[in-house]
Amino acid sequence: MSELKLMKGNEALAEAAIRAGVDAYFGYPITPQTELIEYLMNEQTEKRTGMVCLQAESEIAAINMVYGAASTGKKVFTSSSSPGISLKQEGISYLAGAELPAVIVNVVRGGPGLGTIQPSQADYFQSVKGGGHGDYKLYVLAPSSVQEMSDFVEDAFDIAFKYRAPVLILSDGLIGQMMEKVKLKPQKKRRTDEEVIKECGSWATTGKTKNRERNIITSLDLQSEKMEARVHRLMKKYEQMEKEDLRFEKIQCDDAEYLIVAYGSSARISQKAVEMARAKGIKVGLLRPITLFPFPKKQLFKLADQVKGMLSVELNAGQMVEDVRLSVEFKVPVEHFGRTGGIIHTPEEILEALEQKIINNGTIRHHKTRESSIL
Amino acid sequence: MELLDIIKPENQVFCKTKLMTDTPLSYCPGCGHGTAHNITMEVIDEMGIQEDTIGVAPVGCSVLAYDFMNIDMTQAAHGRAPAVATAIARTWPKKYVFTYQGDGDLAAIGTAETIHACNRGENIVIIFINNGIYGMTGGQMAPTTLEGMKSSTSPFGRDIKTMGSPLKMTELVAQLPGTYFVTRQAVHTHKHVRKAKKAIRQAFENLKLNKGISFVEIVSNCNSGWKMTPNDANEWMVDNMFPYYPLGDIKVNGKLK
Ligand SMILES: Cc1ncc(C[n+]2csc(CCOP(=O)(O)OP(=O)(O)O)c2C)c(N)n1
Ligand code: SF4
Repeated sequence: MSELKLMKGNEALAEAAIRAGVDAYFGYPITPQTELIEYLMNEQTEKRTGMVCLQAESEIAAINMVYGAASTGKKVFTSSSSPGISLKQEGISYLAGAELPAVIVNVVRGGPGLGTIQPSQADYFQSVKGGGHGDYKLYVLAPSSVQEMSDFVEDAFDIAFKYRAPVLILSDGLIGQMMEKVKLKPQKKRRTDEEVIKECGSWATTGKTKNRERNIITSLDLQSEKMEARVHRLMKKYEQMEKEDLRFEKIQCDDAEYLIVAYGSSARISQKAVEMARAKGIKVGLLRPITLFPFPKKQLFKLADQVKGMLSVELNAGQMVEDVRLSVEFKVPVEHFGRTGGIIHTPEEILEALEQKIINNGTIRHHKTRESSIL
Repeated sequence: MELLDIIKPENQVFCKTKLMTDTPLSYCPGCGHGTAHNITMEVIDEMGIQEDTIGVAPVGCSVLAYDFMNIDMTQAAHGRAPAVATAIARTWPKKYVFTYQGDGDLAAIGTAETIHACNRGENIVIIFINNGIYGMTGGQMAPTTLEGMKSSTSPFGRDIKTMGSPLKMTELVAQLPGTYFVTRQAVHTHKHVRKAKKAIRQAFENLKLNKGISFVEIVSNCNSGWKMTPNDANEWMVDNMFPYYPLGDIKVNGKLK
């Protein structure tokens, strides 16, 4: 039965994972996502559904445990926050290289370094441009509510298994820690070992049976031609993701003269800024990328023919703005606004930035951008 | 007796290990890795557990173990095999899960994963090939490199003062309550091969009983890295490695010897 509850984002994600019939979780505590492992431990998942839940000795161990369970076709995930996600990058690269399905959750905090425990979106580059070594990408889902923290768990696993690829849920300290109403899905049964073998036996290391060749999970190809073929195979997956699994939300875009582009918590706050602008008679729309990779490039390119300028609102010093600029191919001015260090921008600040940087600033933009980038 | 009679299966004293593939080994002639692979696969064959065995290969010369062992295998990142094996064993508790790791992999970059898997008493077998050097990358110093031993990164010999002492990982993990069977073996003579195989058999039997970690070190050679002929390498190993890494059981049935 589905249930309505008041929960923190981190807890909602944890509960959704149990209900989705996930087989295992491996993690290491770090603020602001620790509620996730605490919730799972408190739920005694092994008793509730048979889901393995283990506190690893480090994020490195945790992501390699994910790699191990994923290599056998089990549904497995890990979660962490920025410094811990940096440690996981080698393992994430291995997951991508070895073509394994797994879900990684990053409840982002401010950085670089140990940074701050407050919310941030400063891991955008790390999430969508690679993060670890080599030619690969992650499918990145960016929830902007507690409901989506819960809903995206199953979505992430569906994509992970559809493509046999790691999927990242990119949240932040705000969505992770805040409490909202959430409608939880009914409990799904975990697959039995036999069902896992039936579903994944063609590739997973579940034990070599007489009727098939041995299965090998590796990301190593000493022969260059084979390695290149592997990279091409990965690139094909990413192309297919762009075609079939791009997700975004358009809010009040139909008549918009100006556009805010924002994801996750910034999108939530920007929505309020849109309302305030409209109350003042300024026609502003919001494009919210739900997947950061694939990115709604074509949609932005099209919107660039309609609006006079775009503002990329992010809790960082300007990261996604680069992708917005690339998408619109300089057809219209694109500026960035964002606070850093864990400070959360207000709708008033966003509206002010829109007015100053875009609306009142049309023609001199290029000159100014260059100046400020030199500074 | 005709030649054809002699090679009849019932007359053969020795044949290729059944669970080794036909892929030619990539190891240097005389290297202990091949023998260690053989006896591991013989044990799995003799116990009839091929279907239920999942191996984890390391990064090191034996990274390609999965090319030679005819079982399902996952290749782990450098040092992370015990973490990878932990998850497989936890999510497939009835399977026989083992790691096969070199000394750089297990005792340097993977120290944390090794110690914590041992401390948790994961129900896995760890086969640890200690050749006192990094073979794959061309003979650099390992944590196990002996005092005064030359390598490409200790060209004047390992200096204890600046480079630390050779690490006895096996004695170290034997101290942890999570380890059930800890032993040190070798594979350079028939006698030693038979003993090592018995130890590996014991280790896999322990898995069946859910006893926690069985840790089998095999002191081995690296004639290429040591820059010796295979024979000289074995002699050097007996004269230098064995005194520091003495062979024999260290912990049996959960009790230190
Ligand atoms: C993260 C990382 N660091 C370094 C390496 C390079 N590397 C590959 S194998 C190896 C050492 C292997 O030595 P050992 O574990 O003793 O195994 P052997 O080759 O002697 O059997 C190193 C340092 C790597 N592949 N990955
Ligand atoms: S380099 Fe050393 S460890 Fe590697 S195969 Fe050759 S002898 Fe064996």
